[in-house]
Amino acid sequence: MGVPIKVQVNGKTYERTVEPRTLLVHFLREELGLTGTNVGCETSLCGACTVMVDGKTVKSCTQLALQADGSSVTTIEGIADGDRLSAVQEGFWEKHGLQCGYCTPGMIMAATHLLSENPKPSEAEIRAGLKGNLCRCTGYHNIVEAVKYAAAKMA
Amino acid sequence: MKRDLDRPGGSATLGGDAASSAVSWPRRPIARQPGQPPHDSALGHVQGSARYIDDLPLREGELRIALVGAPCARGRVTRLDLDAVRAAPGVVGVYTAADLPGANLWGPIFHDEPVLAEEVVAYLGQPLAVVAADDERDARAAAALARVEVEEEEPVLTIEQAVAAGEFIGPQRQIARGDLEAGWERARQRIEGRFESKGQEQFYLESQAALVVPEEGGSLLVYSSTQNPTEIQKVVADALGWRQSQVVCEVLRMGGAFGGKETQAALPAVFAALVAFHTHRPVRVVYGKDEDMLLTGKRHEFHTDYRIGFDERGRIVAAELDVRSNGGAYADLSTAVLERCMLHLDNAYHLPAVRIGARVCRTNLPPNTAFRGFGGPQGMAVIESCMEEIAARLRLDPLDVRRVNLYPADEASDAALTPYGQRVRGNLLPEIFDRLEQSSDYRLRRREISQHNARTDAWGEPPCVLRGLSLVPVKFGISFTNKTLNQANALVNVYTDGSVQVSTGATEMGQGVNTKLAMIVAQEFGIDHRRVVVRPTSTEKNNNTSPTAASASTDLNGAAAVKACAAIRERLAELASGLLAGSTDGLAPAPEQVGFEGGAVFDRRAPERRIDFAELCRRAHVERIDLGARSFYATPGIDFDRETGRGCPFAYYTTGACVAEVRVDRLLGTLELERLDVLMDIGKPIHLAIEMGQIVGGLVQGIGWVTGEELVYDGRGELLTTSPTTYKIPAASDLPRDLRVEILDNDLNRHNVRSTKAVGEPPLMLAIAVWTAVRDALGAAVALGARPGDLRIPATHEEIARTLSGCSVEEWIAAS
Repeated sequence: MGVPIKVQVNGKTYERTVEPRTLLVHFLREELGLTGTNVGCETSLCGACTVMVDGKTVKSCTQLALQADGSSVTTIEGIADGDRLSAVQEGFWEKHGLQCGYCTPGMIMAATHLLSENPKPSEAEIRAGLKGNLCRCTGYHNIVEAVKYAAAKMA
Repeated sequence: MKRDLDRPGGSATLGGDAASSAVSWPRRPIARQPGQPPHDSALGHVQGSARYIDDLPLREGELRIALVGAPCARGRVTRLDLDAVRAAPGVVGVYTAADLPGANLWGPIFHDEPVLAEEVVAYLGQPLAVVAADDERDARAAAALARVEVEEEEPVLTIEQAVAAGEFIGPQRQIARGDLEAGWERARQRIEGRFESKGQEQFYLESQAALVVPEEGGSLLVYSSTQNPTEIQKVVADALGWRQSQVVCEVLRMGGAFGGKETQAALPAVFAALVAFHTHRPVRVVYGKDEDMLLTGKRHEFHTDYRIGFDERGRIVAAELDVRSNGGAYADLSTAVLERCMLHLDNAYHLPAVRIGARVCRTNLPPNTAFRGFGGPQGMAVIESCMEEIAARLRLDPLDVRRVNLYPADEASDAALTPYGQRVRGNLLPEIFDRLEQSSDYRLRRREISQHNARTDAWGEPPCVLRGLSLVPVKFGISFTNKTLNQANALVNVYTDGSVQVSTGATEMGQGVNTKLAMIVAQEFGIDHRRVVVRPTSTEKNNNTSPTAASASTDLNGAAAVKACAAIRERLAELASGLLAGSTDGLAPAPEQVGFEGGAVFDRRAPERRIDFAELCRRAHVERIDLGARSFYATPGIDFDRETGRGCPFAYYTTGACVAEVRVDRLLGTLELERLDVLMDIGKPIHLAIEMGQIVGGLVQGIGWVTGEELVYDGRGELLTTSPTTYKIPAASDLPRDLRVEILDNDLNRHNVRSTKAVGEPPLMLAIAVWTAVRDALGAAVALGARPGDLRIPATHEEIARTLSGCSVEEWIAAS
């Protein structure tokens, strides 16, 4: 049994009918074709599926699409200004803050949120702020560098 | 900068800086610097447009699958009733071993593992049937309706149980060298005991995945997240009873692999292929995380019984090591992992008289498999633990014990011979020791730490923190120990606008091999790296490839690519020499004088006149000159006889060392990483930021193995830690407070392409220093009852607390 929802994703309004059990991440990936948000652990711990709902980071693998009804969702596809990368995206690109890339979209969303709340984070605050997003490749060093780069650029 | 080995002391300056003093360590930047190209997928990754298997657009008529698995770890199947599954909504087909048109046995070394289990099940969850449906949820719901009855047998889960039951995989192996009897006579003291290290989950973030698309005329195109497309091609063809030429496997990228997709990407791909074979429809499979963790193999657990004799300086004179690994239910790569373990039990130390015996145990767990280091970490950890024990026995600094045992810089010395008879050449470890000892202020910090720990004299009294320090070297052999695998081919196509496509067997899993290959090829043609595109690996372009493994993918595929470029360059030089000579003051055409640089070609005798590279390519095409080449490379000079345990299995060694300082809370057992100093010899880097990324990433993964990552199984053989809720890989907050990474300048590794050295696996083992530092810290609490010699890998907080308490594992379990 479908339920109608109205949700704004990356600035565009979508009216869709979803099954109540549909997860937000599946709605984004399968219904809207926004495959930049990845499914990692399916238990809200790895952070690969992190998106922003009304300005706050959410693990979209453990939130229902229904819960986003009436909300504004930002995914990795909506974070750049047209062709211009956001400072955080640029940081990950510039500082080689990525390897396999699977965690990168979620990590960028988490970092973006972190900087929106704390524009001048210390290194310790960056590490703490990103601990809900796992990366198996980089050892995090360059991810922290990427966030520092973005903070400096946005200052 | 070339190393001047003739200089007294053989010292070289650290990169970009004058000789370092103890205080001003020249830190080399880890992150990307201007001039270094970004990772070739960087833009796609930051925009979310880089695609993994699950992101590929839905195909028309696409099916998804789910598995019916064994309900217990060991037994005989008495009933497999799939009627309810077949009748479930959305189900298109249900397939068992009987539906496999080809062979139901596969395996990278021995063909001993069923694609789908038949009468016998050998691990919990082992696939018995594949359910296909239009929708994944339907497939999973239907699979749950299967009625599987198994006459259960007591599973063999541990190494001890397997040894007691005589359950082994492959033969007993041995490597021996020197006169043990004389060694034992020389020994002043001896230590003996058992060292244990547990397994580790690869924890790639992208689970195993494949998309199989039927093509015309009885053929399949398999998109797989695999390190080993040729293996997928073979296993799919075998299972379907087809020729390999009927299957193409393509790999765009993996969302991490770490060895876990070297062999174990095969089963999901075969399941999808089986369904595609029967339905003629595209089939996609993407494991769930818990499913992936439950069903796929891990790093091997190892137990090693050791007996080591040493002299008064701690120099090892006799070593007997008896190694057992937990292989799981089928062979997979276990015998090769065991072999690499045996070849790394010496780590960086000369063992003049040694006997190593080793065997793989068969248990009822999913077959354990490759994981970065491939047995090397498990071997090195044994000898490093012994170094700590010897030092404690002799009341020496463990650094000094390591130092007297280290392979020498002098490669002619008898002490440069490994247990298997290969000579350690170009060894920079003595220099690395000297430099790190200085730059990390080792001696000063050792004194401070000793003073600090000496105040820890009673329970509950401040300070509660024990500090530990350790320097551990790594010497990792580069080459597949299976000689056959040390080959690669590369296809280089140059287009008439001077742009280039490269295809090799090297698969991209994030490590940056594509970026490095593009740089190598760009340099060969003297063009900008942006003109070079590295295409997805496909068995259609590169046949009979070796897995992207053993750290050797740039070595092998890069060398093949260089040869292909050289072949094209030779033809272009021939053409260019004529064009340039015609306009140059009376110079005869001389192809050997043609240089490729800055996007142009020129005659070195008159370098001012240049022809644009693109223009030359256009002319070459007009003149009917071949602008493509496929080349082949096989590593020379390697050979190893596993019967006798002797030979030269490795082209060279990548070396390095790490100084770790840790803080252990002696009441809670919690651990903090204070500072890590790393110095590596990775030859001449191709792309320093990418290689630094491998160093730091490998190091942190290794820290996970030796500290927080613990696999827990119940008595039925069910993995209880099947998600990051319970299985803890390092997070950003677990980084060492202070991390310093440096490399030596070394242009002399002529054995390898561009004088580089492989860097993928070796840094993982630097993390053993963290574990030995924990052990070192615990040494300060011996008077309080701690038993540091009992510490196992991983040193979880609980394991540290147990070791501090002095409890045995049995006592600890009983008490908790």
